Amino acid sequence: MSLSDELYRETILDHYHHPRNRGVIEKPSTLVEGVNPLCGDELTLYLQVEDSKIKDIKLTAKGCSINTASGSMMTDAVLGQSIAEAQKIIDSFKHMMLESREKDVSLPENMEELEALQGVKKYPVRIKCAILPWNTLTQAIKNVSANNSEKSTKVEMS
Amino acid sequence: MLNTNEIRKDFPILSREVNGKKLIYLDNAATSQKPIQVIDAISDYYKRYNANVHRGIHTLSEEATTAYEETRELITDFIKADDSKEIIFTANATAAINLVAFSWGKANIKKGDEIVLSPMEHHSNLVPWQMLAKETGAKLLFLELTEDGQIDMESAKEWIGPHTKLVAITQMSNVFGTINPIAEIAKLAHARGALLLVDGAQGVPHIPTSVHELQCDFLAFSMHKMLGPTGVGVLWAKREILEAMPPFMGGGDMISSVKLTSFTANELPWKFEAGTPNIADVIASGAAITYLNKIGMQAVREHEIELSKYALSLFAETSKNGMGDDLVLYGPLDASKRGGVFSFNLGDIHPHDIGQILSDQGVAIRAGHHCCQPLMNELGVPGTARASFYIYNTKEEVDMLFTALKEAKKVLGHVSIR
Ligand SMILES: Cc1ncc(COP(=O)(O)O)c(C=O)c1O
Repeated sequence: MSLSDELYRETILDHYHHPRNRGVIEKPSTLVEGVNPLCGDELTLYLQVEDSKIKDIKLTAKGCSINTASGSMMTDAVLGQSIAEAQKIIDSFKHMMLESREKDVSLPENMEELEALQGVKKYPVRIKCAILPWNTLTQAIKNVSANNSEKSTKVEMS
Repeated sequence: MLNTNEIRKDFPILSREVNGKKLIYLDNAATSQKPIQVIDAISDYYKRYNANVHRGIHTLSEEATTAYEETRELITDFIKADDSKEIIFTANATAAINLVAFSWGKANIKKGDEIVLSPMEHHSNLVPWQMLAKETGAKLLFLELTEDGQIDMESAKEWIGPHTKLVAITQMSNVFGTINPIAEIAKLAHARGALLLVDGAQGVPHIPTSVHELQCDFLAFSMHKMLGPTGVGVLWAKREILEAMPPFMGGGDMISSVKLTSFTANELPWKFEAGTPNIADVIASGAAITYLNKIGMQAVREHEIELSKYALSLFAETSKNGMGDDLVLYGPLDASKRGGVFSFNLGDIHPHDIGQILSDQGVAIRAGHHCCQPLMNELGVPGTARASFYIYNTKEEVDMLFTALKEAKKVLGHVSIR
């Protein structure tokens, strides 16, 4: 299999060409911008939380295929989940991408699709592209949990 | 065109494979590949005459000093300088520019003075001046660019004024490939009593260069972009200017005598070469210059004009027949006004994605902001993809670039509205 096929395997391309949960939420519980200055990836994440559950999540993004696909899959994975469950999903994903660089990891059934992003681990410079939406979501959850009245922060990958 | 079949035999790396494909190296603006003559010169030094320079009274040290100083002579002739004392070895072009900013700059730039730059400067010909301006209270002014990435000379006439102390401009843009009218800018600067620094990092490797024709006061460049090893840069400046400049770094080699509380600086050029220099790589840089001299810089330039004309025709044809308006090329469309550096974008596809798909096909290009973030902002893009040529590149490789681009468009094109 060529690297192209691996990195851009169908799942990623599908999410890249048809990103899920695109758009804005008019009155979100919180809104966070994420940027990766090195490659210019930018996204805005809108999160609507009710009764500790993710009622709605939307993204607008300008970035590379990895960034777009990762964000799209993330919204799919956490929509409808409780905050606690969403945090677990974030942790498992980041563990897969950051802590087990050497070998492939299998994720719980509800996250299987995200395994497609493991191909990115072979390209260390691009791991950040995959991680940006997740760090942005982490911040959004923090905002909601802290009942942050400002409700708008920025996450910058360094 | 140069005899690339023969030339390629001297570059061992060009026969390697990448991802199961033949390597097509089109990232020469970042760094060039090295011929075997340069690689051998490094190991020859370490195997046969490794010793410190300018110090030992023994045969090895004499041989090393002679070889080291020979490179200085070769570089003097290469840029048509008058005197090898005007050639200072540094770590890279960036270090050469910093040397000027912090030695000449601190001694000569005061609050209210103006430093004129262009928006197409590499960070290394921008950030040192920002630092100097912050420290001294000087002002930075930026020339304007035309649509096709050339310096608007009307703005030069306007901005280079009575308060201008220094103009610092690249000889050739590492993004647009634009070759700037340095001599004309020099006349404007000198008419105002200002000095002109030329960033030759892209120009010197690709264009026959004479400091007299450029009429500049400082010229900085890096050997690694012109067949030499990494770790060697050159600063050339007029002798009177260098003599008046205070030393930049203190230490061994840069002194003629030292007392407990004072020192006397060494003569040029050693006054600016504190500490043990990068002996092996300076010597190997001599082999790089000899290699380029053998080919002849005029022939290098003509080869690249041919490749550029060919690439320009493919850009025009491909956007007509394959990619519509998606393929956007930046910079001048006239091969005589540009070098072989082609920055482009493909629709909404992120440059990193283009770079990745091309790499999978063995084609090495650069993708990103090319150390020109302000320029990317001006173009309104996060970055560009960039292909850049040198003496060993062929028209077939340019063809491969476009084949790979069509593949990228096939895989990543048609992005839905985001
Ligand atoms: C126009 C220009 N100036 C300066 C530099 C800096 O060269 P170096 O990194 O070798 O100091 C580069 C290299 O990328 C360049 O393209």
